[in-house]
Amino acid sequence: MQAVRKARKPLFDGPEWTFELMEKARDAIEKIALGDLGLDVYPNQIEIISAEQMLDAYSCVGLPLMYQHWSFGKHFARDETLYRTGRQGLAYEIVINSNPCISYNMEENTMAMQTLVMAHAAFGHNHFFKNNYLFQQWTDASGIHDYLAFAKNYIAACEERYGLSAVEEVLDAAHALQSQGVFRYGRPPKPTNEELVAMQKVREGYESGQSVLDIWTDSTMGRDTLEEVEDASFSARRKLMNLPQENVLYFLEKHSPVLEAWQCEILRIVRMLAQYLYPQKQTKVMNEGCATFVHYYIINKLYEQGQITEGAYMEMLHSHTNVVMQPEYDDPRYSGINPYALGFAMMQDIRRICEDPTEEDREWFPDFAGDPDWRKVLRDAWANYRDESFIQQFLSPHLIRKFKLFTLTNDADLPNLVVSQIHNRAGYKAIRRDLAKQYDLAYLEPDIQVTDADLRGDRELKLTHTVRDGIHLDEEDQDEVLKHLRRLWGYDVSLDAVETSSEN
Amino acid sequence: MHHFIDRRANPKGKSLGNRQRFLRRARENIKERVDQSVRGKSIQSGSGVPDEGEKVTIPTRGLKEPRFFHSSKGGLRRHVLPGNKDFVVGDTIKRPQGGAGEGGRKASEDGDGEDEFSFTLTQEEYLEILFDGLELPDLVEKATVETETIGTRRAGLTTAGTPNNLNLVRTMRNSLGRRIALQRPTTKSQRDLEEQIAELEALEERTPPQEAFLEELKKRLEGIIRKRKVVGYIDPLDLRYDTFVPEKIRNSRAVVFCLMDVSGSMQEREKDLAKRFFLLLHLFLERCYEHTELVFVRHTHHAQEVDEETFFYARETGGTIVSTALEKMKEIIEERYPPDEWNIYGAQASDGENFGNDSVRCKNLLLKELLPVSQFYAYVEIVDEAAEMLLNNPEAGEDLWQNYREVKEQAQHFEMQRVSQPGHIYPIFREFFLPKVKGAQNAGS
Repeated sequence: MQAVRKARKPLFDGPEWTFELMEKARDAIEKIALGDLGLDVYPNQIEIISAEQMLDAYSCVGLPLMYQHWSFGKHFARDETLYRTGRQGLAYEIVINSNPCISYNMEENTMAMQTLVMAHAAFGHNHFFKNNYLFQQWTDASGIHDYLAFAKNYIAACEERYGLSAVEEVLDAAHALQSQGVFRYGRPPKPTNEELVAMQKVREGYESGQSVLDIWTDSTMGRDTLEEVEDASFSARRKLMNLPQENVLYFLEKHSPVLEAWQCEILRIVRMLAQYLYPQKQTKVMNEGCATFVHYYIINKLYEQGQITEGAYMEMLHSHTNVVMQPEYDDPRYSGINPYALGFAMMQDIRRICEDPTEEDREWFPDFAGDPDWRKVLRDAWANYRDESFIQQFLSPHLIRKFKLFTLTNDADLPNLVVSQIHNRAGYKAIRRDLAKQYDLAYLEPDIQVTDADLRGDRELKLTHTVRDGIHLDEEDQDEVLKHLRRLWGYDVSLDAVETSSEN
Repeated sequence: MHHFIDRRANPKGKSLGNRQRFLRRARENIKERVDQSVRGKSIQSGSGVPDEGEKVTIPTRGLKEPRFFHSSKGGLRRHVLPGNKDFVVGDTIKRPQGGAGEGGRKASEDGDGEDEFSFTLTQEEYLEILFDGLELPDLVEKATVETETIGTRRAGLTTAGTPNNLNLVRTMRNSLGRRIALQRPTTKSQRDLEEQIAELEALEERTPPQEAFLEELKKRLEGIIRKRKVVGYIDPLDLRYDTFVPEKIRNSRAVVFCLMDVSGSMQEREKDLAKRFFLLLHLFLERCYEHTELVFVRHTHHAQEVDEETFFYARETGGTIVSTALEKMKEIIEERYPPDEWNIYGAQASDGENFGNDSVRCKNLLLKELLPVSQFYAYVEIVDEAAEMLLNNPEAGEDLWQNYREVKEQAQHFEMQRVSQPGHIYPIFREFFLPKVKGAQNAGS
């Protein structure tokens, strides 16, 4: 960093923020973000909200519009209690993957914090949302607001027509299966030609429809008529019903013998939102790393250019340091690896490897060690990886040493935990692989698939849980979820566990 | 491209609907705890529920959101942890108690592991749940007294009215519709024409076709101006006014008489129990009536009206003549609370002792004077914790109790119960005010 110099013409001086000052700060940040770092962002819509509204946003999983359900009320009540009793602070911002990119800034923030938050969310996260392949392929940033509005109205209309309890029952059950409501590996099966024609017909019918409940929706399309599937043999059945099916909600929506059209649509809403949020779950480290790197770079640039005062700079650094702190495993504050800390460290490390590589770096990262354009290397990484593959690809021995990472193996058959890897030459690769696995959702979340449902026979829905490394499901919750599942399917449901052991 | 939006002024309570659904869902659990909390409540001021609400902790049963997630036990797991100090490969560490390694239960995103869940109910919600299912005592003899005042109420729109009642939105909507229907030329079309004319007129020389065109334009402009004059921007036809009509508004008022024996035999414990009962009654009636007043009458061998502080905490010695308090209540009603304007409630607490044959007098006073003008009268006898015999046997009792039993047989809006500990208060209160089955009630009379 350059020698400390006096801010020549600071953008702001003092803690109070105003819209004019924020406008000025935003422009200065944009110049660096787009001009220097070469970021590519959606238009920004920055909203100032109060603490109460922030709590609201919390309880609705950070979405601007959400249908109503008691669990959101529960989370609100809990967050509110924690906040009011001072046991939990509120986030400085929330940012939504949408076009325009909406970010909420708290009114309590000082001007320095607002600047930091804008750099972090309105440019860092925004760039990541717009460019990462998962978001590009799986989410529709321009359509999400309309879809949320539709979902909210649709569910409200259902409540009016069918009663609160009936809707609540479906939503409870759908929420219980939310993690099983995403396509992890492939796209949903395409509609067949006949289905397309049928859709067209229904859509035309919709033109004259009166109520939002009669709206044409995808969930009613491609449902199997019973006759069609009834006579099929096991193998034909599997083909017709796209078995095995990882997306349990999708399967129920299309094939449940007891659900009515509106219930299917609710399942669809829940799984659409689960799918929309899925990329965020897969990229916590990268997303926060990217945003933190961007804000850190920008505030330093602003300071170098004399655009912010020393006081404001210190305040931002203070908050930055808090965010990226990583307590060690034996620290009472330790609660897992901090995605901000790991993400930020990895981004900084990539820049270091480009600018000032060691022999070791050249050996480990021949592709980009010493690359003069570190900005491009970072942008490529942000665009083309998710947490698991990013760590697998970019975690360097340098960082493993810096974090003093080690692997602890917990084998239920052994009396004690065993330290299996430490940060030495022999351990780098294994630690990197273990850590990457820790971020692999397909590994973290139970692998449960629909394997069969004989509609002509006893109509039992058969699910299979593929057990890896001998880790079974939590039984108490499993029974509760199965009850919900039975309600949605209408007939018996069985869940079998099949053991496999993973390689290595 | 980018913009800032100030959302702070947006209406609050966006998640109110969620909260209502949550309370509805958790109703059973909450009710249980609210009932408990009122039983154990020690009452310091007149109202037992703080304005900012009441904190309740409810069990999470029925509020769990189950998910499929990996059990924290068994299997083979690897955890990568930061901050190695002196471990080398092969070191062993004792398994932490409970068997779960770090990172167990990761799938439980919302910390559902806790068995208890705390949050704050607003005062309104607390009372709503507390008095759920209760209703004003069945008023056999008297209907609830209501007084009427005159207020105003909005009553749609009219075409005539005073300017201050002008409804701008509707007026402008009518105006716009009329202008569209009658094809009133816009200001812009007039201005465009004028510009064209000015342009043509500015030419020093005009060709004949231009001349003709100018003439035509002028004619068109004239037409437009005339039409704009005929079809006004706002026409008297468009005007709409809000109207208000006078309306009778019903007001209900209630007065609660708290009568208590403060002779030497009533100790702190007895007073505390009585206070709980009075408090519940007051809270309950406050919800039922728009306006409630409290009157405190204490008595030994003579009765006086006092303020709340004196009522509960001042000491007094003397004999016990219950009828004096009833006399006092009658006096106050005559003086200040005409029964055709006020709903009158009586609540009496005593340890059951009375002087000589005064109890017969009490019976007569109640039956002849007080009960006919009251909506409801409750008598709570506070007995020794050891006196289980009395608690279980409503037939046993001293003079006052026996006489009151006769009153109860004759008046349906009279209730009596015995209590010996704080936990009894709320159940008997509910018993008094639960909706009753008509047949069962009449069986006694």
